[in-house]
Amino acid sequence: MARSLPHLVLRGQQPRWLTPVAMAAAVLFTVVLTAIPIRLAGANPVAAFERYLVRPLSSQTSIFEVLLTATPLVFTGLAVAIAFRAGYWNIGAEGQFLIGAVCVTWVGTTFTGLPALVAIPLGFVAGAVGGLAWAFIPAWLKRRAGIDEVVTTLLLNPVALLVVQGLLNGPWRNSSTGFTDSDRLGAGYDLPLLFSGSRAHLGLVLALVLLIATWWVMSRTPLGLRITSSGLAPKTAEFSGIPVKRLQFRVALVSGAVAGLGGASQVMGVQHQLTQGISNGYGYTGVIVATLGGLSALGVLLVALLLGDIAVGAQNASLVLQLPPQLGQVFGALLLLSVLAALSWRRYRIVWRRTP
Amino acid sequence: MSINLIALISAMLVIATPLVWAAVGELVIEKTGILNLGIEGTMVAGAFVGFVVADLTGSPWIGLLAAVGAGVLAGLLMGLLTVTLGQNQHVSGLGITLLLIALCEFTFRVRYGGERPRLAQKFHPLLDGAGILEQHWMTYVAFLVLAPATWWVLRSTGTGYRLHAVGESFDAAEVAGIPVNTTRYLALVVGSAMMAVGGSFLTLSVLGTYTLDIINGRGWVCIALVIFGTWRVWRVVAGALLFAVTDALQLQLAITDLFSGVPRELMLALPYLVVIAALAIWGRSVHYPSQYLKAYRRG
Repeated sequence: MARSLPHLVLRGQQPRWLTPVAMAAAVLFTVVLTAIPIRLAGANPVAAFERYLVRPLSSQTSIFEVLLTATPLVFTGLAVAIAFRAGYWNIGAEGQFLIGAVCVTWVGTTFTGLPALVAIPLGFVAGAVGGLAWAFIPAWLKRRAGIDEVVTTLLLNPVALLVVQGLLNGPWRNSSTGFTDSDRLGAGYDLPLLFSGSRAHLGLVLALVLLIATWWVMSRTPLGLRITSSGLAPKTAEFSGIPVKRLQFRVALVSGAVAGLGGASQVMGVQHQLTQGISNGYGYTGVIVATLGGLSALGVLLVALLLGDIAVGAQNASLVLQLPPQLGQVFGALLLLSVLAALSWRRYRIVWRRTP
Repeated sequence: MSINLIALISAMLVIATPLVWAAVGELVIEKTGILNLGIEGTMVAGAFVGFVVADLTGSPWIGLLAAVGAGVLAGLLMGLLTVTLGQNQHVSGLGITLLLIALCEFTFRVRYGGERPRLAQKFHPLLDGAGILEQHWMTYVAFLVLAPATWWVLRSTGTGYRLHAVGESFDAAEVAGIPVNTTRYLALVVGSAMMAVGGSFLTLSVLGTYTLDIINGRGWVCIALVIFGTWRVWRVVAGALLFAVTDALQLQLAITDLFSGVPRELMLALPYLVVIAALAIWGRSVHYPSQYLKAYRRG
């Protein structure tokens, strides 16, 4: 019996309207899917989305909160994006972020009396060195022995978390409260706030500087071209004389340093001490930010702001609508999967073929 | 000080059981060249769905069935993204993990708020009072059925041969008439169901309750175990037991004060460190499935 069945056929050429349409469809799909748990939780999806997306941008104070929440995501998103661009799959930003936080805490609780002009640069350097050192292990294994970095970068994340927990349960336990938080850093390490009446801090400026530097290197210099070609076509790049392995190794270290800077920024700008939840999954979310941002600097910024917006909205929706704040993370992850799907659908068209 | 050997071995088996279920599941999937980083989320989903359904129906068996269903769905989602659509495996897997963890946490809070719910009915150990033989049925099944059966299927059956062929060479598999994508889907569905069962062991058998950090990185331990075991079932099981015994010993020694100087976190980090060290030493000779992380496109 002849039946008509759908087949996926590769498109020869992608029409120009397809990408925006696919992305819009992915966003719409995500919104519809997220509405289901909201509805099941007994809230009105329209009211909830107004809270998630619009309300955080309606007052100056909460716009600053969005900027504050987006700051660590810019660091980790950027860290992941530059590594992925070079074809180095660093999914260890979480661990690099944490070790950056550990290093800045060590410096900040050891050399407590320093003035801000010395303390803040020193703190950032400590964070960068920590992240770089943590990224060095898998990068070196990849370069020396060709060991796949996906698994090694991933497995170092729980190790970094255990380092933090071991320190906080042991030698770094808060000496005055006895809680599993470290002592407070010296006052000189507090990052200056950008606007009065808000918590957004100098870390955001550093993040933006890094974004611009990355944009410039990637789009305006031969180095950027070499990195991009190492990622897109490693064999061709190698053949044309680019030392792909060495380049990936270096980019991996830079990526770790950027993630470590994020950890330092979070400790010096927000918590002023090391806590168990210092990272809050920022490194993993960085993979979402980088991928959704198309691995570009501008994209990273936009997605980090979007996720920051939703996180702030989710926080206050949890108070008003009794919706747990995890919905922000549900939205982010769903958006990632939908966009991944949409980007591949773009390459195909559906053809109904008769099969005998 | 003394070590209670029976308590030690019992604790070891309880700790190893979810690892064996999930790591064997991951192994089956990785055999076909797919690294499923959705494992952590799939275990959480198995634990959570199993718990909620057991709580609603009052039957841990129905809970288990629902956990299997959740695992199958997670596997199908991974298949849709990486097999059908050919997307990047690690980003897709990580996305699935993040999604499932957030979704379970959200639902848990909506449904239970700040409560600590307990199951009215959970699985009880078999052979009450038989000392070391007093174990949960899922433990028996993990060691006496799941592991030997998977070993046998991979080694001596057509299915095992097809999984292996797909993971080693798409071309060879295609020439031999093996449907690459269907085989990968099959492995994903079966393997993810095993992971979910492993997660549900914690809620349905051991704890009878659900907590937000219930899986707490066990999925990542399994990723490490599969590489440590170089994709061989018995070595993966041995790795799980080794990890479990150090953990169980640690718990006991903490009580007996012998190793009080060694932080527990260091012991917990051991499986990761051992795998990374092993890769550093034997890295060149570790044979990954050749089609690791690759998508199959019909030429």
